[in-house]
Amino acid sequence: MPLGLEPRAEPSRLMGYASPLIAAGLTLVTGFVLFSFLGRDPFFAFYTFFVAPIDDIWGWGELGLKAAPLMLCGIGLAIGFRANVWNIGAEGQLTMGAVCGGGLALWFHESASAWLLPGMIVAGALGGMAWASVPAFLKVRFNTNEILVSLMLTYVAILFLDYLVRGPWRSPEGYNFPESREFGDAALLPILIEGTRLHGGLLIALAVVALGWLFMMRSFVGYQMQVAGLAGAAAQYAGFSRSRMVWIGLLVGGGGAGLAGVGEVAGPIGQLLPSVSPGYGFAAIIVAFVGRLHPVGVVLASVLIALLYLGGESAQMDLNLPSAVTGVFQGVLLFFLLASDVFINFRLRLRHSGRAPVAARETAA
Amino acid sequence: MTPVDTLIAILVATVGAGTPLVFAALGELISEKSGVLNLGVEGMMLVGAVSGFIAAAETDSVLIAVAAAILAGAAMSLIFGVLTLTFQANQVATGLALTIFGVGVSAYVGLDYTSVALAGVPEIHIPLLSDAPIVGPLLFSFDPLVYLSIAMLLAVAWFLYRSRAGLILRGTGESPESAHAIGYPVIRIRYLAVLFGGAMAGLGGVYLSVAYTPVWVEAMTAGRGWIALALVVFATWRPARVLIGAYLFGGVTILQFHVQGIGVDIASQWLSMLPYLATIAVLVVISRDVAKIRLNAPASLGIAYHPET
Repeated sequence: MPLGLEPRAEPSRLMGYASPLIAAGLTLVTGFVLFSFLGRDPFFAFYTFFVAPIDDIWGWGELGLKAAPLMLCGIGLAIGFRANVWNIGAEGQLTMGAVCGGGLALWFHESASAWLLPGMIVAGALGGMAWASVPAFLKVRFNTNEILVSLMLTYVAILFLDYLVRGPWRSPEGYNFPESREFGDAALLPILIEGTRLHGGLLIALAVVALGWLFMMRSFVGYQMQVAGLAGAAAQYAGFSRSRMVWIGLLVGGGGAGLAGVGEVAGPIGQLLPSVSPGYGFAAIIVAFVGRLHPVGVVLASVLIALLYLGGESAQMDLNLPSAVTGVFQGVLLFFLLASDVFINFRLRLRHSGRAPVAARETAA
Repeated sequence: MTPVDTLIAILVATVGAGTPLVFAALGELISEKSGVLNLGVEGMMLVGAVSGFIAAAETDSVLIAVAAAILAGAAMSLIFGVLTLTFQANQVATGLALTIFGVGVSAYVGLDYTSVALAGVPEIHIPLLSDAPIVGPLLFSFDPLVYLSIAMLLAVAWFLYRSRAGLILRGTGESPESAHAIGYPVIRIRYLAVLFGGAMAGLGGVYLSVAYTPVWVEAMTAGRGWIALALVVFATWRPARVLIGAYLFGGVTILQFHVQGIGVDIASQWLSMLPYLATIAVLVVISRDVAKIRLNAPASLGIAYHPET
């Protein structure tokens, strides 16, 4: 091949910032091509998917509504990923957060106390953390791969929620539908902008992201976790406790996801249903990567992915495309990001059939 | 039905339930033996399942369905290969991306086929053997794909431990630097291993959608791809153990239906949790022995390799 990849002496900062933008751009281009391929007018489809959803104040409210859980899960995952703690079970932790927060709401469903909502939020965070503590414990104690354990528990959590809303927690007034009672007003998050569904969860999300930034960038433990991810052996020699990092990485991820879960059921959903999330826990993995594992990036990436979700819904209504196309875009975005990331650590060089790249030969000469 | 008949029925169903896992896990085993950790098995299985299903629905030919699934699975793994082997991307992230992409693509492509019913794959019938009292249904009456899975197991075992190419593959997984120094094309070997993994995952998927339950449902693998990954660990990267593990999980999956059948009053969701909880239990038991894992896992598993670094 005439072109080759040559390792850089040090990682390129420019590409570090540019690659998410390049990836987003390439995804948009792919969308354009994909729409043409599917027989839709590409310009109209592009508009419908990426522009129309945020045409009005309602749209912006929806954007914030979807970005909040993505941010909450994303920041938690980013902190863990930095230390090479791979929490893939955020969807399950989100579900358990919804179950715990929602459970509290159902237990006190006739209460009008101002303490109910804060209590639910705490319960949700704790629920998510408790669910994440299982892979953490098994990893630390039994060396079990946290990717597989957290993922298996996701399926378990979703089945558990299904059991609850079809069984013991099914609403007596729900005509036998698989749903819980609707939460009372004291258990719902306040709406931020009138005329939208945007609720206080967004403020919680931004606050958590800010806390995450403080933790990652200004605390010693956060520093330890970054070192552990970048140079595991060095971290070990320095005495940074790997067990502590696994626990923190998973608990933070679980807590964030749990908050996202309670935010969904105390927000737009208002009750417990068999499904409380359109895959936010998995999309948050993409958010974390596209956001370069950095709080600011996580916020921006959450907005982008929220837009992809809205685009999918809009495409379903106006383009007759199934909302599953959202998943396709998410995957494509991550693919492009991973591909453009190569240029952070490598550069393109011309090769002359089999011999060392030109630059290396010149320095050798 | 007599108790013996019931037992035979359970065992037969267990084999059927375990076969997709056998395919997917064997493919991932080869991939991991070459040093590449491909977490995208779930996505590749789904793409194989939907491709095979559509091919079967359109052509009524199981053979074409299988071919379509193999190609689709390999195509998915090619994306993974290009990103991780040529673009040096992080293998864990790329595998996750592949799964998310695969779930989305398969859901999208399969939309028009969710209410289509297929004829299924007919079981083979060997004149005398299939009719034999107990051995007949237990050994000689499965559909061809089950026998293919056993054949693949033997082929993979022979390849890895009795062939020169298999030795080179294992060497690449243990120390790509050494393999490169000797002159073997590490990247090309890994590409082939990854493609094989994708093809096998596709095969596992098409078995699910065309033979096991001849319907297409979004995300119908329900985590089997992930269980296949766990199986490779459980088998400590050895083919024969993959079979045992796969049938063990098949058994747990089948168990849920029979527990309800014998009148135990427990909500179905708890039983549905069994395969996932069993996977966790099995992983804990195997992973405890850190030394054993380190001994058997390919040394360069998951680490990106670039010839010039």
